Amino acid sequence: MKGIGNFILGALFAAVLVFPASAAEPIRIGAIFSVTGPASFLGEPERNTAKMLEEDINKSGGILGRPVEIIVYDDETDATKAVTAVDRLIKKDKVVAVIGPSTSGNTLAIMPKVEEAKVPLVSCAAAKKIVQPVRPYVFKVVPSDILAVKKIFQHAKKAGISKIAILTASDGYGAGGREDMKELAPQMGISIVADEVYGPKDTDMTAQLTKIKGTDAQAIVCWGTNPGPAVIARNRVQLGIVTPLYMSHGVASPKFIELAGAANAEGILLPAGRLISEPQVPAGQPQKKILAAYIKEYEAKYRQPVSTFGGYAYDAIMLVVQAIRSAKSADPAAIRDALEKVRGYNATTGEFNFSEKDHNGLTEEAFVMVRITKGDWEMLK
Amino acid sequence: MTAASAFLQYVISGATVGSTYGLTALGFTVIFNTTEIINFAQGEFVMLGGMLAVFALRWGGVPLPAAVPLAVLGVTAIGVLVDRLTIRPVRGRSPITLIIITIGVSILLRGGAMLLFGKDTFPLPAFSPGGPIHLGGATLLPQSLWVGGITLLTLLAMKFFFERTLSGKAMLACACDRKAASLMGIHVESMVTLSFAFSAMVGALGGVILAPITLTSYDVGILLGLKGFAACILGGLGNPFGAVVGGVILGILESLGAGLLSSGYKDAVAFVILLALLFLRPAGLFGSSGAERV
Repeated sequence: MKGIGNFILGALFAAVLVFPASAAEPIRIGAIFSVTGPASFLGEPERNTAKMLEEDINKSGGILGRPVEIIVYDDETDATKAVTAVDRLIKKDKVVAVIGPSTSGNTLAIMPKVEEAKVPLVSCAAAKKIVQPVRPYVFKVVPSDILAVKKIFQHAKKAGISKIAILTASDGYGAGGREDMKELAPQMGISIVADEVYGPKDTDMTAQLTKIKGTDAQAIVCWGTNPGPAVIARNRVQLGIVTPLYMSHGVASPKFIELAGAANAEGILLPAGRLISEPQVPAGQPQKKILAAYIKEYEAKYRQPVSTFGGYAYDAIMLVVQAIRSAKSADPAAIRDALEKVRGYNATTGEFNFSEKDHNGLTEEAFVMVRITKGDWEMLK
Repeated sequence: MTAASAFLQYVISGATVGSTYGLTALGFTVIFNTTEIINFAQGEFVMLGGMLAVFALRWGGVPLPAAVPLAVLGVTAIGVLVDRLTIRPVRGRSPITLIIITIGVSILLRGGAMLLFGKDTFPLPAFSPGGPIHLGGATLLPQSLWVGGITLLTLLAMKFFFERTLSGKAMLACACDRKAASLMGIHVESMVTLSFAFSAMVGALGGVILAPITLTSYDVGILLGLKGFAACILGGLGNPFGAVVGGVILGILESLGAGLLSSGYKDAVAFVILLALLFLRPAGLFGSSGAERV
């Protein structure tokens, strides 16, 4: 009886909320994701997440009594198309905020447009150039790579390591990581005794590892995305190197373990977001509830495992929604001001604390250190 | 680790990678020897060899010893199709037209593989189990022995074919003078088809034996094609022995460049030496300098 009563009450409540809302003008939020093209592995889960959230928000009554419409454009991983899309979102669709784009290049390409139109942008891309120097209308939810470097160095210091060798890919991601490591190492009392590079398509890194083997490095830090790091993990075991190996968060997916082989990946340490190691996040952790709910809903709806990237879209949209609610206004300038005032907001990536000087709002605590043990992630305390 | 054993390791690593380039280069040589065209889809044949084996294993549930020959046969069939559908309809055109067609074919094969197999990288299990073999302070994988052995066997088979068999000589004749060969009763078109089948087979073989070491994905063919072509030029275009040796030399140069100089300039070191060599010997290391080749 009680169940039925609750149900009727709930239905009434929903009806009260939904009906006036549908009569009101919707709040339009724009999104640009690379749903197709080379970065589709980023854009697809982002689009799915956006569609899922749009439905959820409207089901629970919208924002400020108005329904939400999330307009998603696909930039096909092309900067020119991203610029066209942002023009259309701002001028034709008159959106109050823009989410995305998925890649750093496309974000950098559209930043002048949102600055000019004074519409807040919450990017789902990683480059630190997006928020450094701070531009009033540009925010991002992806932790900068230097935070992952910091997490690794903290772990290494605790293990008594002061001399490291770095092995980085010669692409944008690897070169960025190399720069960050060289910048942060002296500040943290770590010396880089070998600085080696490999091509992202190279299939054999034994030469670089042999050179590193000849130095007194106490750990190796590798910065790249698949398949390079997997080759390095294989080569390391082939050469019988026992020096600990750190990887970047760029390979924090089961694919890396599959490519390297569980035996070769054993013992590798890396920083990772909590989304992929959710089952091991302790129950009291502030993000636990959001993570579990997001994973459950996404996997049930789309029948594919969640990825960190979908989580970025989730965070970006929820931050904008939060800002509209706290500003009690859907005016772009008011949203911007409210975003800058977001403090202690827990989302899938971490706890966001935006400020005038920090439009990324995350610390190295957005990452946890994991160790690969028997082909699975083991979260380290 | 002593300097000597480090040096040995650089050479072993370089020779393994170099065999990849050599096998790709061998495929270039076969088609060049019959048609005087450079088949820029050669790298894609190598890619398809590895990818088909991976997918026969994963989707088809075929055991590895069967998946390998199956993949090689599959790619050989694709090689024949490439000739029938794209080269034969425009026969008699200048080599440059045909070369551009092969570039188109390479893009098509790469795109097709991407749609069919996805953009991920895939591993393939090693042919024989066991850990790395230690050799004077350096190590090599058992799979490297497979690579070296199969490369050598393929090379010997090719050499025998071109020098000792009628079909091989007929294929060479087609390249020297198509019209004369045809007048002598050689069915030129069959020879061209045969050369595509052969080069696809050699390429696929390379792709399959390398995948356990290097992993494979839809786009591995681009770099392999480029390096294989460089190996061909280095060894002297048209010479199977030169192609393989050129590949191995290129691999060792890269590895030594990375180990002894700077890994950042690995490719640059190899290509600067390559350019210098070609400056001194324009026909390549083993090319006959007087040959009239385009």
